[in-house]
Amino acid sequence: MSEQSFDAIVIGSGVSGGWAAKELTENGLKVLMLERGENIEHITGYVNALKAPWEVPHRDRLSNKTREEHPIPLRDGFMHEANANYWVKDHESPYVETRPFNWFRGYHVGGRSLMWGRQSYRWNRFDYEANLNEGVGVDWPIRYEDMAPWYDHAEAWAGISGSMEGMEQLPDGNFLPPMELNVVEKDVAARIKAHYKDSRRMIIGRVANLSVAHNGRNNCQYRNKCDLGCPFGAYFSTQSSTLPAAVKTGNLTLRPFSIVTRIVYDKDSKKATGVEILDAETRQTYEYNSKIVFLCASSMNSAWVLMNSATEVWPDGLGSSSGELGHNIMDHHFRAGASGEVDGFLDRYVFGRRANGFYIPRFRNLFGDKRDYTRGFGYQGSADRKGWQREVAEIGIGAPMKDALCEPGSWQVGMTAFGEVLPNHDNKVTLDKAVKDKWGLPVLNFDCAIGPNEKKMRVDMANDAAEMLVAAGLKNVKPYDNGYALGQGIHEMGTARMGRDPRTSVLNKHNQVWDATNVFVTDGSCMVSSSCVNPSLTYMAMTARAANFAADALKKGDV
Amino acid sequence: MNRREAVRRLALLMGGVMIGSEVFLSGQSAPDKGPMPAFSDADRALLDKIGDTIVPKTDIPGAADVGIGAFMVMMVNECYSEKQHAIFQDGLAKINAASTAKYGATFDKLTPAQRTDFANALDAEQKAYTLKKTKDQPTHYFRMMKELSVLGFFSSEIGCTQAVRYIEVPGAYHGDIAYKKGDHAWY
Repeated sequence: MSEQSFDAIVIGSGVSGGWAAKELTENGLKVLMLERGENIEHITGYVNALKAPWEVPHRDRLSNKTREEHPIPLRDGFMHEANANYWVKDHESPYVETRPFNWFRGYHVGGRSLMWGRQSYRWNRFDYEANLNEGVGVDWPIRYEDMAPWYDHAEAWAGISGSMEGMEQLPDGNFLPPMELNVVEKDVAARIKAHYKDSRRMIIGRVANLSVAHNGRNNCQYRNKCDLGCPFGAYFSTQSSTLPAAVKTGNLTLRPFSIVTRIVYDKDSKKATGVEILDAETRQTYEYNSKIVFLCASSMNSAWVLMNSATEVWPDGLGSSSGELGHNIMDHHFRAGASGEVDGFLDRYVFGRRANGFYIPRFRNLFGDKRDYTRGFGYQGSADRKGWQREVAEIGIGAPMKDALCEPGSWQVGMTAFGEVLPNHDNKVTLDKAVKDKWGLPVLNFDCAIGPNEKKMRVDMANDAAEMLVAAGLKNVKPYDNGYALGQGIHEMGTARMGRDPRTSVLNKHNQVWDATNVFVTDGSCMVSSSCVNPSLTYMAMTARAANFAADALKKGDV
Repeated sequence: MNRREAVRRLALLMGGVMIGSEVFLSGQSAPDKGPMPAFSDADRALLDKIGDTIVPKTDIPGAADVGIGAFMVMMVNECYSEKQHAIFQDGLAKINAASTAKYGATFDKLTPAQRTDFANALDAEQKAYTLKKTKDQPTHYFRMMKELSVLGFFSSEIGCTQAVRYIEVPGAYHGDIAYKKGDHAWY
């Protein structure tokens, strides 16, 4: 085997790419993993992870320099000074917004697995059947039963802490011990359970942070600095989890600074023969060959790679024969919910910074409930005592204010819903050849917006939250809707959907591109609908399923 | 992408105001900031006095002990937009003019009791203004000074170790522990 030739090439090194590399190398395949950005070494690369607050120059506020380098992440609050280096410099990688799309990117080894929110939920059986039952989009080619063993597999390796609840809309899994609701959350949970006769439940979040040591990794140290990278390896990331497993096999080659410009397609065999890359540093072009390709570049960039591939056969790119490549952009819409003030519990407090909150699983349009929209939403939030950042209305400045701020304030609860977005052919992304990025490559042009179903749902997202907090006895309860545009949830999906028919979908039930069956796409782009739960666990399971299928097929000579 | 923090901030903003963040969250786009007049040594000294009036030394050190004047100047230079910067600088002149009108002396010449009274009046003014102001109206200059004084003090090493409690590696989480009045908050 030459230096340029591999059994498999994995494009991207985030949640999905890392899982593809792990599963393929563990199946004995020689794998080349390509990452467009720089390498970030586990632990030593997390330059701000162990800094005390006073060691961060602007005390974690954003400087003008940071704002100028990263204007897109300013559209929501996930970027802060200490992790700004993990976000893309937007002027190097511009994109066009015919209609707005918030695209928050991390171009480095590990991708957004370094900064992700880590909430990890299985989809339920209704999620995989909803499109069929409602005649929306196309039917999923798989069902919950196809995914269940792979959820088991993904959870067992990644380490997901959570409670067993026996709720059909939020299937239990292969969990590490749950984290703990705090004293106020427990009280609110009990009141909600009683008020709604257990049809609504507030549980501890299921999170990819280790509640106990697992697979040689340390347990969570409750620092709540996950998005800086964890020096303890206590949450799931490529660096902490899948990359070491792949490296251990001796079968992995990792090449950073490798921008894949196209998948090389051979029209005689109707297969990919490898990929072409542009070295981001030297700007040299290289070609690598492989028997299979796993495209895991994140939903939008995977669409970009496909659009730039096999254009000599299909002008709009590999997978475009369906007319669906780049269409059906989905995300989770959020920023609607409620907050409220808690009376009492002033003699109770917490120890440690829990990198997790509560979760209220979906209750709308299930089990006989019927609304004027379809699908539903779940809530994430927490109860906390106010800190020194609060303004004390009745105290001015000076020693009284200082003394008050040295002590914790009263308790409050805040939460936001995450709602399902329907697939819609009109929500699309296309190549814009008039605009070029730093490397002279064409960029993406977004044209998408939420529709009437999501807008109706947002009314419930705010009102239901307020109603529950009032039912739980909170005061000064305020519903809110702070507005939302697609992409803001950073759960982008749908641009190369799976399906049962090559005329209406890009991928088959094993994530193979219908038009080149040795190309597998397993990141968010493969999603046919969006559910309302955080998607990363499903990407892990989906990728592991496809990778093991691909390895078997390769052994049998089927791809 | 620390979702829980983002959600918490969202909720806090809904629940009311938040010292230490308002100015920083108000700008949703990258600033286009031209050259601004430099802060003088006198400005820095005045800011030390203002900061130390807002967060004075008690049985634990105060804002002057953490170099609050220099901190405010750095933050305004490097983080504020051109418009915010101008409002902040104008505020310094306004403070001395108002102090002279009321007491016949600039702020730095006032007695500690006079400084506290005067700053409390400014705080009442900014609170009343903030309650009424629309989203598009700028933040009051004294609110900026209060935010930066509180932020600079509590996030300093002295603040994190003497005013509140900070543990780099807690190692565990307990969701229900006893609290008695006087125990310091976690950072």
